[in-house]
Amino acid sequence: MNKRQFIHAIALAVSLLAASNSIAQGNTFKIGLILPMTGQQASTGRQIEAAAKLYMAQNGDTVAGKKVGLIVKDDTSIPDVTKRLAQDLVVNDKVNVLAGFGITPSALATAPIATQSKTPLVVMAAATSSITQASPYVVRTSFTLAQAAVAMGDWAPKNGIKKVVTLVSDYGPGIDAEKYFKERFLFNGGQVPESLRVPLRNPDFAPFLQKVRDLKPDALFVFVPSGAGAAVMKQFLERGMDKAGIKLIGTGDVTDDDQLNGMGDGALGVVTSHHYSTAHPSAVNKKFVEAFGKANPGLRPNFMAVGGYDGMRVIYEALKATKGQGGGDALLAAMKGQIFESPRGPMFIDAQTRDVVHNIYLRKVEKKDGQLYNVEFDVIKDVKDPGKAK
Amino acid sequence: MLTILFDGIAYGMLLFILAVGLAVTMGLMNFINLAHGAFAMVGGYITVLLMQKFGVPFLLCLPLAFVGSALLGALLERTLYRPLYHKPHLDQVLFSIGLTFMAVASADYFIGSGQQIIQLPEWLKGRTEFGDGAWMLGMGHYRLFIIAVCAALTVALQYVLTKTRFGSRLRASVDDQRVAAGMGINVNLVFLTTFAVGSGLAGLGGALGAEVLGLDPSFPLKFMIYFLIVVAVGGTSSITGPLLAALLLGIADVAGKYYIPKLGGFIVYSLMIAILIWRPQGLFVRKGGK
Repeated sequence: MNKRQFIHAIALAVSLLAASNSIAQGNTFKIGLILPMTGQQASTGRQIEAAAKLYMAQNGDTVAGKKVGLIVKDDTSIPDVTKRLAQDLVVNDKVNVLAGFGITPSALATAPIATQSKTPLVVMAAATSSITQASPYVVRTSFTLAQAAVAMGDWAPKNGIKKVVTLVSDYGPGIDAEKYFKERFLFNGGQVPESLRVPLRNPDFAPFLQKVRDLKPDALFVFVPSGAGAAVMKQFLERGMDKAGIKLIGTGDVTDDDQLNGMGDGALGVVTSHHYSTAHPSAVNKKFVEAFGKANPGLRPNFMAVGGYDGMRVIYEALKATKGQGGGDALLAAMKGQIFESPRGPMFIDAQTRDVVHNIYLRKVEKKDGQLYNVEFDVIKDVKDPGKAK
Repeated sequence: MLTILFDGIAYGMLLFILAVGLAVTMGLMNFINLAHGAFAMVGGYITVLLMQKFGVPFLLCLPLAFVGSALLGALLERTLYRPLYHKPHLDQVLFSIGLTFMAVASADYFIGSGQQIIQLPEWLKGRTEFGDGAWMLGMGHYRLFIIAVCAALTVALQYVLTKTRFGSRLRASVDDQRVAAGMGINVNLVFLTTFAVGSGLAGLGGALGAEVLGLDPSFPLKFMIYFLIVVAVGGTSSITGPLLAALLLGIADVAGKYYIPKLGGFIVYSLMIAILIWRPQGLFVRKGGK
């Protein structure tokens, strides 16, 4: 096998468009999508990749006279690897946009590369508030935990929940969720007797949950990365905490749509605040969920997928607006301030902070047609990231 | 408080089932098998797949997980492990860690990387409570079940190793292979069986642990540290050593996370360092062993 064939074989394995290598440089628009496709956060990567491909299938791969090529790379959630892949994509593949980023440390590690190379970096998953401040080239289409947590801090005290223990994973997003929930909840007259932080790779939640039980709060506020949510929920029930009168509340990661059915009926009635639910009742979302399910049998889109889908839209629209001519700065300018209807509802990219502004919904887990869904029952409109309101 | 003790014991017992196979291969056969966690993962996936795809009841899955991983262990022992018995430990470490990465990648490729969720039968889901206040004892039924299985296993293993003919053959083969072979013991067969049983135990541990610890392709790497701590602290020359070590670590871990949540993750490691400084060979060392 000679070198060229070898490169092609690799490209075929990792990218949608194996042929993108051989197409003349000038006429392709390349998007380097760096995602965790294996390892702990792999479900994030799979969802976003599926959504990005769906967007391309629906909207064609030629925009403003340019062929759009997607290069998917697996960073296995290790920030070092993310950075190396980003360097490689910028220098060797000459990508026009970097996108993806499953976890906060990955996005933060890559931000300086975006700044140096003036490449827009579209964050589709990572949700720590500070990411958009790490580089003027970062644009976010996912959400921030501060947005979701503050909404819960408003809703809970109005609904008879006065005393809450928080339990979060001990890393950026968890600390954000804890901080913003607590701030708002205390402001609204609530009490937080204890804030627990769990190591990210924690094998057994038993001691933490027992502690919560012994403190007897009205509710337990949880943030753990999607995936660990199911374990928390099961042990919460196994410990009989719901019977002891403790409610489970949290940001939507706990009742991730992707895993909700596997959690079983115990999840019924759990209230969370988030920006997206598979069950969001809008025509745009119905179409999105149906098309996503058709292209990926057995998978339903979760909040990660919608972040990827909207991210692709932001990139496509920016490319259209610059007529395929602009470099990084022009693309960035065209991304700022985009307003559109997403499957999650109306959203826009704040021109100043480059962060997403969207509705945050309060949802309760309910059963519909034999499946579990996060059914929205209340909405807080146009939530800006509170982390930047200084 | 008693609840914490109970949870700690159950967690320790689970660690014990997961690690005891490693104590057997590493201590008795003198082979550094870092791929032990991969066998545990195989057991976990056998359970998950049987339950999800074929609706096999949970209790039936447990022995199947044991047999499945034992057969795989036997196959690998015959083909890959045996040539490495007389190689330096570094070779064994590199070989088995490579095997672990391969197992992680193949689980990812064939089954998917998501967290696997199993649904226990109803009778294992509940919880029984006695007393109240500081002395309340709340026992999750599933954790009780783990303790029962583990206790039964310990008795059985101890019996096999010390009272049966196979146990004496194994000990003889370990202490001096040449003499043992000269005495008419089929050393290869003894090692094959032992390795298979060790792997099977790992598989059983993985099947039992899927509910509590979660199961995804990174399982072997995530818990390798815990197995190694249990074996290092307990010593590798008996069953009781790892058992007590696992209990001690399980209780310390759970109690540490409960009483000082801020330091939670460090308690296990600090305890390990303290014990190893005090007794570098582990808590229980057999005199005269290699």
